[in-house]
Amino acid sequence: MSLLTLDHMKTDIGQYAVLHDVSLTVPEGGVFVLLGRNGAGKTTTLRSIMGLWNASPGSVKFRGQDITSLHTAEIAKLGIAYVPENMGIFGTLTVDENLVLAADKGRIDPTRLKRVHTLFPALERFRDKKAWSLSGGQKQMLSVARAIMEPRELILIDEPTKGLAPAIVDSMGEAFREIGQDSTILLVEQNFNFARKLGRDMAVIDDGRVVHQGSMEAFAADTGLQDRLLGLAM
Amino acid sequence: MDRISEILGRMGGVNLLPVALAAVAFILIGAPSSWATLTVAGLAMGMMVFLMASGLSLVFGLMDVLNFGHSAFVSFGAFIAATVLAGLSTWLAADSVALNTAALVMAFLAAILFGLVAGWFFETVIIRPVYKDHLRQILITMGAMIVAEQTILAFWGGTPFTVLRPHFLEGSWIIGDVSIEIYRGFAFLLGLAVFVGLYLVMNRTRIGLLVRAGVENREMVEALGFRVDRLFIAVFMLGSGLAALGGAMWAGYETLITPALGSELMIIVFIVVIIGGLGSIEGTLLGAILVGLMSNYLGFLAPKMALASNMILMVAILLWRPNGLKPAV
Repeated sequence: MSLLTLDHMKTDIGQYAVLHDVSLTVPEGGVFVLLGRNGAGKTTTLRSIMGLWNASPGSVKFRGQDITSLHTAEIAKLGIAYVPENMGIFGTLTVDENLVLAADKGRIDPTRLKRVHTLFPALERFRDKKAWSLSGGQKQMLSVARAIMEPRELILIDEPTKGLAPAIVDSMGEAFREIGQDSTILLVEQNFNFARKLGRDMAVIDDGRVVHQGSMEAFAADTGLQDRLLGLAM
Repeated sequence: MDRISEILGRMGGVNLLPVALAAVAFILIGAPSSWATLTVAGLAMGMMVFLMASGLSLVFGLMDVLNFGHSAFVSFGAFIAATVLAGLSTWLAADSVALNTAALVMAFLAAILFGLVAGWFFETVIIRPVYKDHLRQILITMGAMIVAEQTILAFWGGTPFTVLRPHFLEGSWIIGDVSIEIYRGFAFLLGLAVFVGLYLVMNRTRIGLLVRAGVENREMVEALGFRVDRLFIAVFMLGSGLAALGGAMWAGYETLITPALGSELMIIVFIVVIIGGLGSIEGTLLGAILVGLMSNYLGFLAPKMALASNMILMVAILLWRPNGLKPAV
């Protein structure tokens, strides 16, 4: 069953047309990977789903409900979380304060907090530290942790491995595998080796259009297709 | 240099600036009683300016709105409070602290209530259409400031309006050689109480967390499920209410007010917001106290330099810290 459907979505940023025609079906469960070159429109796709940029014309449907014209806050309340490329943490707040903001009604569910601390032990050690003082990897952990402080059906994650050390990337992959058991993850990623280990389904976006959608297994096996669509030999 | 910065940081950092300024002034003024009187006057002035500036700082920081019309709330607050006090002159004249206090509270509440309602109207009708457009914000809010000033002129006239004060706030406390005006002490205490209240709201409540997070990254707050536009209205109303309270306090301090009161104070208010750091309540307090002390000390030592002193202070601080003394982000 499809959880999210993008139907001929177009997005303009100012006078520039960034997404020309994005149609995509994200099935429920697991990790769906959106691949593409720099500037292809991956981040714009996620921001358009979240309502941070207006997708018009075209539509975004979540569980069959048209969310195209909803306010970002209303989209979030439907159960969609967003982990932006720049992580979007609040540096002047502590780690715990960042998590409190993500908890419904300002009360952290102890079970979920325990889960977060199990997935990302560093966040338990530094819970009273200001978020700006964390390392890049810890900030990324905090950003992902915030997205799972409440049950979310869909989590949009934008290039989480960018600039991270290999060891952190591995533990992030483990965390995504675990999170993907309860939630669907729509992952934008340029690190194909990381993405191929996680993704069940995938799509490639190029110049604001979806040019390929299928299973990750088949795409990973076809180096010619990878070279043609992503512009590099893997 | 880094070592010195580190040591100063451990000792209190920029919070030491008012202390350093007071110490330098003590040496230059020479007479301890004059210095003490000027210091209390400076602190009282700083606290009243803090009331006016704190809301503007939050509006600047959270909403990225350049609101030159903020002075309208200060002016209206002053005139409404003065009118209520004039209407309750029999209460003020009564030999009863309870009646005196009741008149004062009514005047302040009327000013705050006006600020809240006018703030809601101003945000909804004037500010909302020009979000993200600084040039139009400047034009429309300056226009609103002129309209407000002319409205006050039409209702209250151009003759300076005398502000009545409750008996218990008249006179001075004499401690040794030092004379401290009671109203200034009251202004300081009220400003301090508002600061403590704001500090607790900003640091101990979820609304405060949201405001602080919104100053830093509005989009992300929305992506977490909060309507920042609704938060904007609340912050704008709070800022307008505080400005009106500041205006009401200033009216009692000056005792003779004109319609230009708000626009005259706006220069100081903007300087405080800029040197304190946008969106920061602590920064605004620090900036307001520095400006208040500097104005009073230089008004005594070099009266011709009094107005320029705050500009010089702003330039010096911005050269040292371009984002202000304690920016929120």
